Amino acid sequence: MKSLINRLTEQFKVSLEKQTKSDLCFIRVNKDDAEQLIRHCRDHESYTHLSFLTAIDRIEDNKFTLTYLLHNYQSHQSLGVHVELDRENPVMHSLHRLWGQMATYQRELKEIYGIEFPGSPRLNDEFFLEGWDQIPPMRKEFSTVEFCEERFPIREGRQSTDAKQTMKVEIYPGRGE
Amino acid sequence: MPSISQQPHKFDPPLEPDLTSGKYVKIWHGPQHPGITGNMSLELTICGDEVAHCKTHVGYLHRGFEKLMERRTFIQNFPVVCRIAVPEPAFNEYLYAAAIEEIAEIEVPELAQWLRVLNLELMRLASYLMWLGGSSGSFGMTTVYQWTVTHRDYILDLFEEMTGARIYHMYITPGGVRAKLPEGFKGRVLKVMQGVEKLLYEVEKVVFNNHVFKLRSQGLGIISKDMIDEYGIVGPNQRACGFERDLRKDQPYLVYDQLDFEVVTETESDAYTRAWVRYQEMHQSVSMIRQVLDKMPEGGSFHADLPNVLHWNVPAGETYVKAECTRGEYGYYMVTDGSEYLQRIHIRGPSYTHAVSVMEKLAVGINIADVAGLMVSLHTYPPEIER
Repeated sequence: MKSLINRLTEQFKVSLEKQTKSDLCFIRVNKDDAEQLIRHCRDHESYTHLSFLTAIDRIEDNKFTLTYLLHNYQSHQSLGVHVELDRENPVMHSLHRLWGQMATYQRELKEIYGIEFPGSPRLNDEFFLEGWDQIPPMRKEFSTVEFCEERFPIREGRQSTDAKQTMKVEIYPGRGE
Repeated sequence: MPSISQQPHKFDPPLEPDLTSGKYVKIWHGPQHPGITGNMSLELTICGDEVAHCKTHVGYLHRGFEKLMERRTFIQNFPVVCRIAVPEPAFNEYLYAAAIEEIAEIEVPELAQWLRVLNLELMRLASYLMWLGGSSGSFGMTTVYQWTVTHRDYILDLFEEMTGARIYHMYITPGGVRAKLPEGFKGRVLKVMQGVEKLLYEVEKVVFNNHVFKLRSQGLGIISKDMIDEYGIVGPNQRACGFERDLRKDQPYLVYDQLDFEVVTETESDAYTRAWVRYQEMHQSVSMIRQVLDKMPEGGSFHADLPNVLHWNVPAGETYVKAECTRGEYGYYMVTDGSEYLQRIHIRGPSYTHAVSVMEKLAVGINIADVAGLMVSLHTYPPEIER
C-alpha cells in the first residue's frame, strides 16, 4: 500500500495515520479535499467499493472523525479515509453522488451524531429513531442511564417473594399447616 | 432545459408520484412480512397492482448495540454482539473476537481456528436453511419451511452439544474457543450432514423445479452489473451477477485457505438465480464441514493463554475485520484508546445497503404480490441496519 500512499501524497494533502496490517491503512485528509481524493481513489485507483461511512466522537479533542472505508477488489486492499470535523459545528460535504448507499449513511450520521451533510437526500427524515427529542444519542455526553431513569420510572417490585407465605395467607387461607 | 446542476443524478431519490392525481394509492407493507426478513416497513405507492415508488423504514428492532458496547468492558460485550444477527450470531462473535485479537496481537492456536471454521460453517448452513424455508414460504410453499426448520433444529442440537447453547453460543472468544469437541461429536455431525444433503435434493425437486416458483422468481429484481459497486452489493447477491468475489477465497481468514472449494457464480442475477447460488453454497458448506472434520488436528490447545478476563488490557488501536457471512461482507470496525472500554465500534452488515437503497430501487415496477419475494431474495436482516 506504500505506493498508493506515495501517489496520493503527490496529488493531495494527505498524511498516513497508521498501517494496521498489510491490506489496511488509514490516511487523513482535509475536509475540503476529501471529495476529490475519494473520487480519485474510486475512479483511478480501483477503490470502487464503499464498505461503510461512520463517525467517531473524540470529545476530548472536541472533534468528530469521519471514517470512509474504501475497498479495492483487485488488490484486496482497504483504505480508511479520516476527515476531522469541528464538534461544535459539524458539517461535511455530501458525497451522495459517489455511491448509491452514501445518502443512507449520511442520514444515519445526522440522526445519531448531529453531523450535517447539506444537500444530501432525505437527510432530515427519521431513520431508526422515531420522535427523538434529545441530543443525538451516539454523542459521548448522551447518557443512556440518565435517559432511562428519566423516561422509565422504576416500578415497585412485588410485595413479597415468599411463596410459602403467599400460599398460606392468600391462596389457601385457613387450611392449616 | 434544466442546467447541469438541476438534472437528476442516478443516485438522487426518484420523485414521489402525485397522490392527488387519483392514479396512485399509498400502502404500508410490513413491518411483518411473509418469510424471514425481520421487521421493517416499506411505504409503497402503487398504481393498480404495480409498485410506482418505494421508501423503506427501519428502526423496529433498534436496541442501540453500538452505544451499549461503548459502555461495557470488552468481555461484557459478548452477550450483546451475538444478538445483532439472530439467525447467525457466530459471525458477530468471531469478528468481535478477531478485532480484539488484532489490536491486542493475540495468536489463536491452530485447533481453535479449525473449531471456529466448523462453528461458522454449521452456522452458515443453519442460517441458509432458515432462509430457504422463509423464501419458499414467501412464494407459497409453506411445507418446505417445516422441512428446513426441522433440519436447522438438528444443527441447533449440535450447537447445544458443542457450545452449551442453541442460538447465542458465545463459543468463540478472544484467543480461541471455549471448549473442545465432545466425545463422538464428529460422527453425529456427519449424520446430520447426511440428512441435510438428502433434504437438499428434495428441495431441488420441489422448489427449484417448481413451475410456479420459476414463473414468479425468474426475472424478478434483476441487479445489473453496474449496481454492484455503485450500491456496495456483496455476497450471493453479487455472485449471482457473475462476480467471483468471496472473502473466504479472496482474503482467506482462519483456515479457509486449506479447504477445497470454488466460488459459486451465476449470471442471470434475478431472485431465482440468487436462491440457486445460495442453494449451491449450502452443498458447499456441507462439503467444507466434512473437510474440517477430516483435516482438523486431533490434539493441541484450543485457547491462547490469556489473563483473567477482568484484567484484559487492550491497547489503543484501530482496525477493520471482515468475514463472509451468508449475506456477504460482514465487518467490525473497532477503535480503542487503551482504556477498558471501546472508544467506537461500527458494525457493517450487508443488509444496510441491500434492504434500504437497493430495495428502494428494485421494488419499482414489480407486482405488489412479489414484494415479499423480492425482499427475501435479497436476504435482508434489519438489525444489521439499525444496530
